[in-house]
Amino acid sequence: MLSVLSAMATAAAVLLPVVIFIVVISIAMVKRGEISMQGEVHEVAATPVAGKAAAAIPRRAFFSWMGVAWTAFTASMVATASATGRFMFPNVLFEPPATFKAGTPDEIQEGQVDERFKQKFGVWLVKDIDIQTGAHGIYALSTVCTHLGCTPDWLPAAQKFKCPCHGSGYYRNGINFEGPTPRPLERYAISLAEDGQILVDKNAKFQYEKGQWADPRSFLKV
Amino acid sequence: MAKIIQTIKNLFQSVSPAKIGQSIQETQLYRSIFRVGVPDTDRKRMLVMLGSVFLHLHPVKVRKSGIRMRYTWCMGGITFFLFLVLTFTGLLLMFYYRPTLDYAYVDIIDLREQVPLGIMREIHRWGAHAMVIAVWLHMFRVFMTGSYKPPREFNWNVGVILLVLTLLLSFTGYLLPWDQLAMWAITVGSNMARATPFAGHEGPGAALVRLGDITLVNNASDARFALLGGRFVGEGALLRFYVLHCVGLPLVAGFLMAIHFWRIRRDGGISGPL
Repeated sequence: MLSVLSAMATAAAVLLPVVIFIVVISIAMVKRGEISMQGEVHEVAATPVAGKAAAAIPRRAFFSWMGVAWTAFTASMVATASATGRFMFPNVLFEPPATFKAGTPDEIQEGQVDERFKQKFGVWLVKDIDIQTGAHGIYALSTVCTHLGCTPDWLPAAQKFKCPCHGSGYYRNGINFEGPTPRPLERYAISLAEDGQILVDKNAKFQYEKGQWADPRSFLKV
Repeated sequence: MAKIIQTIKNLFQSVSPAKIGQSIQETQLYRSIFRVGVPDTDRKRMLVMLGSVFLHLHPVKVRKSGIRMRYTWCMGGITFFLFLVLTFTGLLLMFYYRPTLDYAYVDIIDLREQVPLGIMREIHRWGAHAMVIAVWLHMFRVFMTGSYKPPREFNWNVGVILLVLTLLLSFTGYLLPWDQLAMWAITVGSNMARATPFAGHEGPGAALVRLGDITLVNNASDARFALLGGRFVGEGALLRFYVLHCVGLPLVAGFLMAIHFWRIRRDGGISGPL
């Protein structure tokens, strides 16, 4: 319903100025005598007949009418351009939601990198010590390499995240130590839902190098 | 007897190539298409150039230096030729390729294994690589011969836009095989759009575009999203890149190429040696 209304509003925003433009131009030209309702076309400048007709609407007034017409036309063009731009952004996305529940905290072992949510949501859950406070808990690491956006692999034997694209490497806590990457992996907001499950919110992200890992929302104490 | 010989003679004369040519040129069909007869005078030559929608884009006269390979390297012409090859082979590929997650990759494999003349996709691919190289060499030649200078400065700018369009055509075509290389190359490449000033969600000034507490530029409303049709390279990106690659970009490029060629003529033909 809402989208139908907004579509109608867009159509009106586009069409109305065009209609105004055409009507105003027609009125102005009829008054000025450049066209007549009988379908005859007068020569404006050359003949004395046109001179008489032109007296019906002064030259200055004609130009102010033109001003209205062109403003309306410009408005319609702006409306068309913005409607076209809006068209590229659909109202519904068929992608996994940005907020999801990820089971209870005791499903993850101490020191484990949980890969269950990597494929669908792009998140590693790690039960570990917070590198800043030393508290025990869980954090949600983004699986997007901070170099150029590929997806690193968790290598359990080497205990590191290794990106196949350009070789960037990260420790289990997300801190980068090798390869071209300039900064650590990002954390997502993590909390406990009312039913006792872990709730990950990918809309909020926390960057270590900006000191945002100190934010309590980036770490779930258990 | 003499009369019969004369008739046969006339008959042979009437079927001589010159006569046939002349009678063809007098038909209404020929005259409606070509207007001007054999261009044997300067005036007729000019009228031929002006009267044809294809030839009018071309300079009326070309300097002797303009057709010297060592001067032009023929790189502009080669670029245009490759564009035509890519348009033709691309059109053929479109008969088999479906831009969906289920079919894209297997259709590419099938184009090689199951479709007759399995090198069609390779021609398209190598043609694309060659076109990028030819465009660079063309620009290098134009730069080194100073052909970007007035009165050709506008045409240089059209050429720069055409270079960008060529690279964008390469970029969008890169995704279509939908293999690992394509997928991650476009992931990496499209991440650059995150840094668009004001329009990319990690770009400078993006945080300023807001209504109260709500930031308007996020990963579902920025320039990268408009390009990919999603927050990551997925089904939406494949379809958008396909449409841009097959319709959007070639249309704009074709339009600009017409301007580019016409401006060569308007700006006094191919530039002379320094």
